[in-house]
Amino acid sequence: MKTSPKINTQVKISRQRKKKKITPTKIITNVILALAALFFIFPFYWIVTGAFKAQVVATAIPPTWFPLEPIIDNWITLLNNPVLRWTFNSFFIASSEMIGVCLVSSLAGFVLAKKRFPGRKFIFVMFVAAMALPKQVILVPLFTMLADFGWIDTYKGLILPAIGWPFGVFLMKQFSQTIPTELLEAARIDGSSEIRTFIHIVLPLLKPAIGALAIFTFMLSWNDYFSQLVITRSTEMMTLPLGVATMQGEYKTDYGVMMAGATLASVPMIVIFLLFQKSFTQGITMGAIK
Amino acid sequence: MSTLPVKTKRYINKDWLMSYLFLLPALTFFLIFVLFPMLKGIYISLYDYDISSFTFNGLENYSTLLHDETFHKAMLNTLLIVIVAVPIVIAFSIFVAMAIYKKSEFSRSFYRGVFYLPAVTSVVSVTVVWGWIYHPNYGILNYLTGAVGAEPISWLGDPRTALMAITVILITTSVGQPIILYVASLGNIPTTYIEAAQLDRATPGQIFRKIIWPLLMPTNLYVIVITTINSFQIFALIQLLTSGGPNYATSTVMYRVYEQAFLLGDFGLASSMGVVLAIIIGVISIVQFKYFGSDVEY
Repeated sequence: MKTSPKINTQVKISRQRKKKKITPTKIITNVILALAALFFIFPFYWIVTGAFKAQVVATAIPPTWFPLEPIIDNWITLLNNPVLRWTFNSFFIASSEMIGVCLVSSLAGFVLAKKRFPGRKFIFVMFVAAMALPKQVILVPLFTMLADFGWIDTYKGLILPAIGWPFGVFLMKQFSQTIPTELLEAARIDGSSEIRTFIHIVLPLLKPAIGALAIFTFMLSWNDYFSQLVITRSTEMMTLPLGVATMQGEYKTDYGVMMAGATLASVPMIVIFLLFQKSFTQGITMGAIK
Repeated sequence: MSTLPVKTKRYINKDWLMSYLFLLPALTFFLIFVLFPMLKGIYISLYDYDISSFTFNGLENYSTLLHDETFHKAMLNTLLIVIVAVPIVIAFSIFVAMAIYKKSEFSRSFYRGVFYLPAVTSVVSVTVVWGWIYHPNYGILNYLTGAVGAEPISWLGDPRTALMAITVILITTSVGQPIILYVASLGNIPTTYIEAAQLDRATPGQIFRKIIWPLLMPTNLYVIVITTINSFQIFALIQLLTSGGPNYATSTVMYRVYEQAFLLGDFGLASSMGVVLAIIIGVISIVQFKYFGSDVEY
């Protein structure tokens, strides 16, 4: 990222200058901002606190804003469902997709950025064009194809299709362009093979991009409800969000149990997000701005 | 004399071969799981295809769609969601980005994180909690509106409010990424531009219109395209909250595709809906790039 120290000092200077006057516009802006932030945090607060409310408390009106007597019964009820298996499935599927996408995309992105060969442009344009098309649009034919393979309700069927998605290739191509060509030339003159050069020179340079792509893929997989809904059949193969969604049929307005499930389905992803917020931000901006 | 060129040629070809080898895994996955299904989708859409039959029927599925009122309703709902959500997402994201991009690194990260939170939260968790918030008897929304004297409303059960209730949720899950992008591009605007304008006594409104807005154009374009495409695909919120009801009031194209294929087992008609949706999204992307892209460097 290009936040040079020069820009930072500029921002600092202008901030100091601004601090002198507190305008009404500024106060109003900040109040609206704070209210909006509250509105965005609230559903999450309601999920987590709801997970510790007894049903009578959860459905009481007026609502209990602060559950002062938290109970863990909801979590015990939740464990009557195969949530551990669902959690494992979510982690396993997301991690496999993450590894697959990073591997395949860094190889392809690198040569698309740094090598000249016939068909290069055509292949890249094909990837980019496909990227603009929503993944969900091909879900019906993909499903019939996976059914022909006998891959419905299997890990293969859930994992492999996601590895074909071209966003990673695009991201890696964009980032690989920043690798100095002289470095690769020097390695070649020293007699390093392409694979050695890739492993020892290119991969270390691509590390930040791969980190961003890894986290991104993990999140997309964890939250890819539609594909998982369609490709999964049995309770054992369900992912965590899907399992929680199906629990709705049984528990309906037993909000405590549902919120415990919702907490479990979202907290791992939120923790990962908070730990790697920088990489997330990088991945988002890198994919958009050349 | 001829040895040298031959050598070079062989060297180049070896280089090509390595490149193709590096591309092979990505291309294989792409061809099998993206390109082939795309083509197969078009192919299936020309067939009468369900559990019992697979017979060619030309463009009949498409003419069925032309006269299918539930599909029209779904298309209309989808367009309505897009028309309402996209401008709000853009305006809100720019507002937040403008308000936070000069703040300290810490509070910038904090706000970015807060507004990105619904996008990281699993859509299932999001719907479960909003279903509760909107519940006519146990939801806090009716409690709050009741406190100011309004009658309780079945937000998701009333055809007049259901679609907008869902659009609100869609908006909260859509602003995270645009805010990150706008903060990044606002940070790239040289402060000297703005300071020079301030010295010339430009009003904040003028500075925004004449300096900031034009420089945000590339980001605007990208945000409009991704938000439009995302809104067009709205599915999980619908399926989990209303199943398209009441009386098709919240049915969207993607939900109709799902219903037709996976609940009714009619893959042919569902594929033709998918193709129509893909064409619409493709056309909109091209138009937006042409329209907004004219003065944008890409």
